[in-house]
Amino acid sequence: MTSTNINNKLTQLFATKKEGLLNIYFTAGYPQLEDTRTILKALQDGGADMVEIGIPFSDPLADGPTIQESNDAALQNGITLKKIIQQLHGMRDEIHIPVLLMGYINSALQYGVEKLAADLGELGVDGMILPDLPIDEYKEKYQELFEANNLSMVFLVTPQTSTERLKYIDEASSGFIYVVSTASTTGNEAKDLDGQKEYFERIKKAKFNNPTMIGFNIKDHASYTEACKYANGAIIGSAFIKMLGNSHLLEKDIKEFVSFVKQG
Amino acid sequence: MAMSIHEEKKDLLGQGAYLYMNYQVDKKGFYGNFGGAYIPEMLVPNVEELRNRYLDIIQEEGFKAEMEDLLRDYVGRPTPLYLAKRLSEKYKSTIYLKREDLCHTGAHKINNTIGQILLARRLGKTRIIAETGAGQHGVATATVCALMGMECVVYMGAIDMERQKPNVERMKMLGATVRPANSGSKTLKDATNEAIRDWINNPVDTHYIIGSVVGPHPYPDLVARFQSIISEEIKDQLIDKTGSPNPDYVIACVGGGSNAAGAFYHYLNEASVNLIAVEAAGQGVYSGHSAATTFLGKPGVIHGSRTLLMQTEDGQITEPYSISAGLDYPGIGPMHANLFETGRAKFYSITDGEAFNAAMLLSRTEGIIPALESAHAVAVLENLPIKKDDVVVINLSGRGDKDMMTYITRKDEFTK
Repeated sequence: MTSTNINNKLTQLFATKKEGLLNIYFTAGYPQLEDTRTILKALQDGGADMVEIGIPFSDPLADGPTIQESNDAALQNGITLKKIIQQLHGMRDEIHIPVLLMGYINSALQYGVEKLAADLGELGVDGMILPDLPIDEYKEKYQELFEANNLSMVFLVTPQTSTERLKYIDEASSGFIYVVSTASTTGNEAKDLDGQKEYFERIKKAKFNNPTMIGFNIKDHASYTEACKYANGAIIGSAFIKMLGNSHLLEKDIKEFVSFVKQG
Repeated sequence: MAMSIHEEKKDLLGQGAYLYMNYQVDKKGFYGNFGGAYIPEMLVPNVEELRNRYLDIIQEEGFKAEMEDLLRDYVGRPTPLYLAKRLSEKYKSTIYLKREDLCHTGAHKINNTIGQILLARRLGKTRIIAETGAGQHGVATATVCALMGMECVVYMGAIDMERQKPNVERMKMLGATVRPANSGSKTLKDATNEAIRDWINNPVDTHYIIGSVVGPHPYPDLVARFQSIISEEIKDQLIDKTGSPNPDYVIACVGGGSNAAGAFYHYLNEASVNLIAVEAAGQGVYSGHSAATTFLGKPGVIHGSRTLLMQTEDGQITEPYSISAGLDYPGIGPMHANLFETGRAKFYSITDGEAFNAAMLLSRTEGIIPALESAHAVAVLENLPIKKDDVVVINLSGRGDKDMMTYITRKDEFTK
């Protein structure tokens, strides 16, 4: 099972551009409820290659304090998965880069996975990242459904993932493999990329069917550049959310952030 | 033919067995529709290692011997099965109390922490983390870490740390580090999230001692096995006292459900034994301030397990409420979700006031001050259709020392 069944903006991007891809994560409904579309557009205009829109959850157990707080704030603002789907309505009139939704399985279960896949397919969303969805369950229950709606499913690997399991994850993934940089929750400042070279080399040499993107604790031009040596690109989340929380001119600051990460 | 296959099976499983029902965990980690391991990839190596090794380790002769010694000499097992004569008179039946309140540290929680710390050592782990709500599981974990000379970090909701100061001090005195969970609602579910995050950040040297039959497979099964000593002892003790191992009712309170899992475990396939699970209704099941998960919850995923949980339509986990911190959890162990769905256990809910008054009743009739959690189990006697010859076992999961402030300050409110 590879990504051959799926043809969307994500697979098209990786077919044409193989280096230095920048993927930015942000939390839907944060800092203000209706900022979702503004941020999405500004990221595209600033030069982000793809985006992940986070579905806020009350109990985000893989996330560090920055993303937790943005989740809480967004929920306080009144965001729901239904509302996110509404906010993304018509986005393909102006957004041409790949868009993924990232969140926790309970949000999808309560929305109804079948309905969610259909709605995302209709919106032109390219895929999902659900870190607490077991791969077996995806293959058994949802893979057909996602492929039918042209949706990629991205799974994670970590420094502790065995070689055998890497292969298994690669086979189940469609879109890219999310390479978690260190044993860590998101945005853990105590952890950095030093000492991860051996792991990254192992990933680089693994000859996956899927492209790879390195995420977790990528925060600036230096870490982005370092990650891009070993993968097709890098993912920034917490550092971007922190910037949003302090920003008074969202569009200008977002464009500057993306440009700073890419060019230094 | 002396016996049909049907009867043969029945005989093998014991009298009145539910032949084709399996209430134990299956190979994939599910109890019917509930359970599993819904965890991010960062946790997979640790949870898989545990899943691959736990059964072999806990069945080793050396492990069993060490566990038995500690349970006998350190915890004080077997705990008595006490015939509560005056309580029996009041309810016109035969009521036994399984005295888990007499365990070292004051509750059944230590049965599990003893087992898990022995397991952690055999897995080569050097650092222990745990979550705690009221602090009972935290104290039980800090205790076994002191016993084994292991580093111990306990996560506790910042609000709970305020509410349960004596237990925070007990943990510190035992050498543990208590870290406040400042995320979300700052209570048990958030402490659990923080413990899981710690494990993600420390995957190599750390074992997470979960305090209830919750979390990803194999935790619900692991904890249930360590608590199953409760029903194992009840069976032996009842034979001595009544001639039969099986009572008519086994009653236990349920938050996450570890004491109930232990009290029900060896009765799951004894159809003649009514299993009664008692949830906390708080201020009333439909008051908006309740922890009655089977009444208010829907299937979903919490802390790595598919189970019943209290949540919004959008899937946000809601904050439960109960006067007893140990029942104040928005989910329920997957084993219990299955017992509820299949009807094998009957679920009741008891309000704060009913539990409070049951605590007063037990104190005055038997001279036993129960934990508020266990008082919920006593209170349900009012609601059960008990007949004169019925034998009833209540699992008295903990003692009331920790609840004295509540008993003192809220007496007038509940005994008007």
